[in-house]
Amino acid sequence: MVMNGGSVARLDNMSGDNGADGPRRSRQAPLLVAPGDDLGDSGEYEAGHGVLAINGRLRALKQGRMNNRGGTVSIEPRRTSYVPRPSDLVIGYIEGCTSNIWFIDIGAPFNAILPMSLGPSKAEFGGIRKVLDIGDAILCRVQEVEENHSSVVTMKGMGLRAIRSGSVEEIDPHLLGRLIGRGGNNLRQLKEDTECRVVAGDNGRVWIDGDLDGIINARDRLNALLTEAKVEEFGGDA
Amino acid sequence: MGGYGDVQCIDDNGIRLDGRTKDEVRPVSIETGVIPVADGSARIRWGLNDCIAAVYGPMEAHPRKIQRQDRAVLDVRYNMAPFSTTDRIRPGFNRRSREISKVTAEALESVVLTELYPRSKIRVEIEIICAEAGTRCAGITAASVALAHAGIPMTDMVVSVASGKVHDIVVCDLNKEEDNYGEADLPMGILPNTGELVFLQMDGDLSPEQFQEAWDYNMEAAKVIHEEMVRALKGGDE
Repeated sequence: MVMNGGSVARLDNMSGDNGADGPRRSRQAPLLVAPGDDLGDSGEYEAGHGVLAINGRLRALKQGRMNNRGGTVSIEPRRTSYVPRPSDLVIGYIEGCTSNIWFIDIGAPFNAILPMSLGPSKAEFGGIRKVLDIGDAILCRVQEVEENHSSVVTMKGMGLRAIRSGSVEEIDPHLLGRLIGRGGNNLRQLKEDTECRVVAGDNGRVWIDGDLDGIINARDRLNALLTEAKVEEFGGDA
Repeated sequence: MGGYGDVQCIDDNGIRLDGRTKDEVRPVSIETGVIPVADGSARIRWGLNDCIAAVYGPMEAHPRKIQRQDRAVLDVRYNMAPFSTTDRIRPGFNRRSREISKVTAEALESVVLTELYPRSKIRVEIEIICAEAGTRCAGITAASVALAHAGIPMTDMVVSVASGKVHDIVVCDLNKEEDNYGEADLPMGILPNTGELVFLQMDGDLSPEQFQEAWDYNMEAAKVIHEEMVRALKGGDE
């Protein structure tokens, strides 16, 4: 059997002069991990997101980049599914309805519900499809997440509405930070350059509204930004 | 597992029909992100086997009767394309594909942290494009990489490989002729980081010594294939 010796991401591989921040501050190649990779002795380290401590050892649960901040070892995943939290601003699609409830696909493992009382005010019992029909996109906010993972969204609030124009793009939720930038700089720049309304939902869906050229420009910019972020993050092909 | 005819699959020097020695694995290459619309996907080329696996979810489990209150269910579908073998395969599910789907789901359930997504479903589609031998092993391995690519938390990745007996000689990673004319095969699902076993089937008879030899071959082959899996996951895609 031929075995090639590859570099393994471990805590002890992190250069000492990077301090607690590990690879993040360094210019070194990121420490990429795959599920099941042994990250070393748990010792004084705590297992963070995407890491499991088993029998005194830390083990990666996801594919991504390993971070060590303040003694907490975590994985910044390359891909992840959205898990709703209360007060998240999300963009959803109507998937179904009853007489007084809409079922909303918010990109989470479970559909959220939008009760008639939290929907647009003109909705009437039995006629809610006249207001929001299956396939419609809406901008809403997560009001409540129950223990069994089901969530309730609301359209009562400033700016929450049905999306009737523009385009909705999808990105990985964990890349939203890069889209928005420090203090919202990247997003602000994107809006100014394209003269479009750009709303980034916490579930990774981005609503772009404006004239056609602006939308196309914004979509291209969005794709370029994410490609760049992935190359920077993981090296090689994005 | 025929065991009939006078096909000589291995010569006096221990060289097999495809030029491999008895402990050698067929060439393996894996790529990720081959199905852009899927949440995770992988393609494995293993000898002449060509297999694609795509993962969707976690998503709401339908019909509701398949939901589990404490965990997600893995909905695995293994299918061979009609053109994947020299004899056309009737499209659709048959007893063999149902059996392989079931054992694949059970092997993968042992590593996926299903308890993080109660009442939901993770859909895994495995399609064999070209079949040589060991398609169930290729399917399990590809599905494992696709799950990791989708960001599903897993304690390890399952590597599956089959060794067997041809003319009373135990050989690693059977090819088509060895599978057809050999006397036994032993597919195994292995967690490479811990050496644990999550799946084992045996067709034909092996003495305890031969079983041990096949076991050892599988364990060594799993390390080689695992390296390729990790390379595919860390190497970038899309």
